[in-house]
Amino acid sequence: MLKASKKPSKEKAQVRDKALKEALTPSSKLISFERGMKLDCGAHLPELNVAYETYGTLNADKSNAVLICHALTGDQYAASNNPVTGKLGWWLNMIGPGKPVDTEKYFVICVNVLGSCLGTTGPLSINPDTGRAYGVDLPVITIHDMVKAQNMLIDHLGIETLFAVIGGSMGGMQVLQWAASFPEKVFAAIPIATGAHHSPQNIAFNEVGRQAVMADPDWQGGRYMQEGVIPSKGLSVARMAAHITYLSEEGLQRKFGRNLQDKDAIGFSFDADFQIESYLHYQGMTFVDRFDANSYLYVTRAMDYFDLAADYKGVLGNAFMGTKTRFCLISFSSDWLFPTEESRTIIHALNAAGASVSFAEIETDKGHDSFLLDLPEMFDMVEGFLSSAARARGLE
Amino acid sequence: MNAAKSGFATGRADLEIIVDLIKPGDRVLDIGCGDGTLLRMLEERLDVDARGIEISPEGVTKCLAAGLSVIQGNANHDLASYPDKSFDWVILSQAIQVVHNPKETVRELVRIGKKAIVSFPNFGHWHIRWQVAIEGRMPMTNRLPLPWYATPNIHFCTIRDFRALIDEMGLKTEAHFALRSDGRAIARRHPWLWNLFGREAIFVLSE
Repeated sequence: MLKASKKPSKEKAQVRDKALKEALTPSSKLISFERGMKLDCGAHLPELNVAYETYGTLNADKSNAVLICHALTGDQYAASNNPVTGKLGWWLNMIGPGKPVDTEKYFVICVNVLGSCLGTTGPLSINPDTGRAYGVDLPVITIHDMVKAQNMLIDHLGIETLFAVIGGSMGGMQVLQWAASFPEKVFAAIPIATGAHHSPQNIAFNEVGRQAVMADPDWQGGRYMQEGVIPSKGLSVARMAAHITYLSEEGLQRKFGRNLQDKDAIGFSFDADFQIESYLHYQGMTFVDRFDANSYLYVTRAMDYFDLAADYKGVLGNAFMGTKTRFCLISFSSDWLFPTEESRTIIHALNAAGASVSFAEIETDKGHDSFLLDLPEMFDMVEGFLSSAARARGLE
Repeated sequence: MNAAKSGFATGRADLEIIVDLIKPGDRVLDIGCGDGTLLRMLEERLDVDARGIEISPEGVTKCLAAGLSVIQGNANHDLASYPDKSFDWVILSQAIQVVHNPKETVRELVRIGKKAIVSFPNFGHWHIRWQVAIEGRMPMTNRLPLPWYATPNIHFCTIRDFRALIDEMGLKTEAHFALRSDGRAIARRHPWLWNLFGREAIFVLSE
C-alpha cells in the first residue's frame, strides 16, 4: 500500500497545470488590494492578492468569525476539497457542521498565506513591474506580513473582532502574531503545536530543505518557470527531510519498523528496500506536483525569521501585556519539532502578562503532525474552550 | 450556607470553607484543581476570575469544557512565571503532600497571592496515630486510601508540623480551621484538640 506511485507523467503534468492555474486564478474567493502592502523587509508589494475560503454564515453583528491559519504547505481549503489534488480539506475533522469548529455556529475563514502558491500573492504571481512571475524577485515575507495581509481581508469583510484565531505549527505562529499585533481584534486564540520562535534545530532542517531545492539544476537560480521546468528532485528531497520531522521515532517504529517494501529480503542495492523509504519517496513525489519550489523557500524563511520576543525587547510577556484575549494552547508529547517546552515558554509569558490561558499536552506517538489527525482529546479541548468562549461572547 | 458548610453539598467540607473566605470578583488560582470542582463553585456563586493548574490532561479537558482557564502543569514547575501578588487568593487544596518541596511551594503561594489557602490531611489525627502506634502499619483512611507503595503522597505533616513551618518562614496565619471526620469545624477554644481530632486542616496565610 505504501508503494511509490508510478503515475504516468501525463497525470503529473495535469496536476502541475492545475497547480499553476490555481496560483493565478484560484477556485476560492479572491480579493485584490491594488494599494498593495508594505512588507517588514522594507519593500512595498505593489499589488496584493488574498485568496481565501469561507464556511458557515457571518451573523448580523459579525461577531462569529473564526480565522483558521494554515501551516507551511497548507492552503485555504481547510474544510473543502483541494482543487489541485482533489483531496479532502486538510482540517475537515476539525471544521464543519457539529465539529469542534462548528460551521453551524461560526463563520470560518481560511486564508492562503502570503508567499504561498494557491492564489495569494507569492513567487508564482505576476510581478506587475515585469509582467512575468516574481520567482525569487518577490521580497522576503515574514509571519507578521502574512498576518497583516489577513487583517486587510478581515477589515474588508467588515469584521471588527475575530471570535477566534486557530492554527497549528506555522498556523500557530500566525495565531500568536495576531494576538500580539491586534490584541483587540482577537477574542480567543488557539495556538497548537507551535512556538514563539523557530528553534535553531528547526531553522537547520529548513535550510537543508532550501539547499536541496537550490542545488537542483532545474531550479535555474529561481527562474525555472521561464525555462518550463521545476526542481522536482530538490523539492522532493526537501519534503522528505521535512516529513521526518513531522513524525516521531516511536510512530515510525510502530507504523513501519524495519519492514521491507514488497520483498522478503534486503536487495543489496540502493532501491527502496524499506517501507519507510518508499513512504518518504511517495511523500516527496506527490508534493512537487502541488507545491511551488520557490514558495517553499519563502514560507520556510518566514518561519525561520519568526521570533516574537525579539520584536518586544526580548521579553515575550511584553507581546501580550494587558491582553484580554483568552488563550488555549495544545502540544503533543511526541512532537520534537515544536516540543511541549516551547508551549510552556508561551504559557509562562502569558501568565506573566496576566492573560487567561489554558493548556494541555496530549499524549500521542504521532509527532508534530498530530494536530492534523483524528485526536479526540484535541477535539474535546477545542470544542470545550470554544463553547465557553462563545458563551462569554454571547454567541449562544 | 449551614448545610453547605457541613460539607453535604459537595462532599468536600474544606471546599465550602474556602468558598466562604473568598469575595465576589476576586482573582483566584487553584493549584491542583482536578476537574475544577472548587473553581466552578467559585465562578457560579461569586463570579470570580478563576484560574487553575492541573496535572492530569483529563482534568484539564473537563475544566476547559466547563469554561475554566486551566493549564496542565504542577506546583513544582509552573509557579515561577506568575508575577508577585497577581492573585487575591492562591489555593493549594489537599495537595501539599504531593509537591516535591513544600516549603518552596508555600513561599511561592504567598508571593503570587495576596493570601494563600493551604488545606491538607492532618497526620496527627488519632486514627492515623493509632494505625502507626498500635497496629504498626502505615496509615490508610478514606481520604488516604492507597497503600504506602502506591501513594503519590511524599510529604505528610501534622497540624503542629505545619505551624512550625509557617513560624520558621515568618508567615502570618490569617485564619485556620480544623475539620473533624464528619466535616464539622472544631471549636477554636480547644486548639490543643485540633492535632488529635482534626482530620484535615485549612490555613490562610500571608507574607
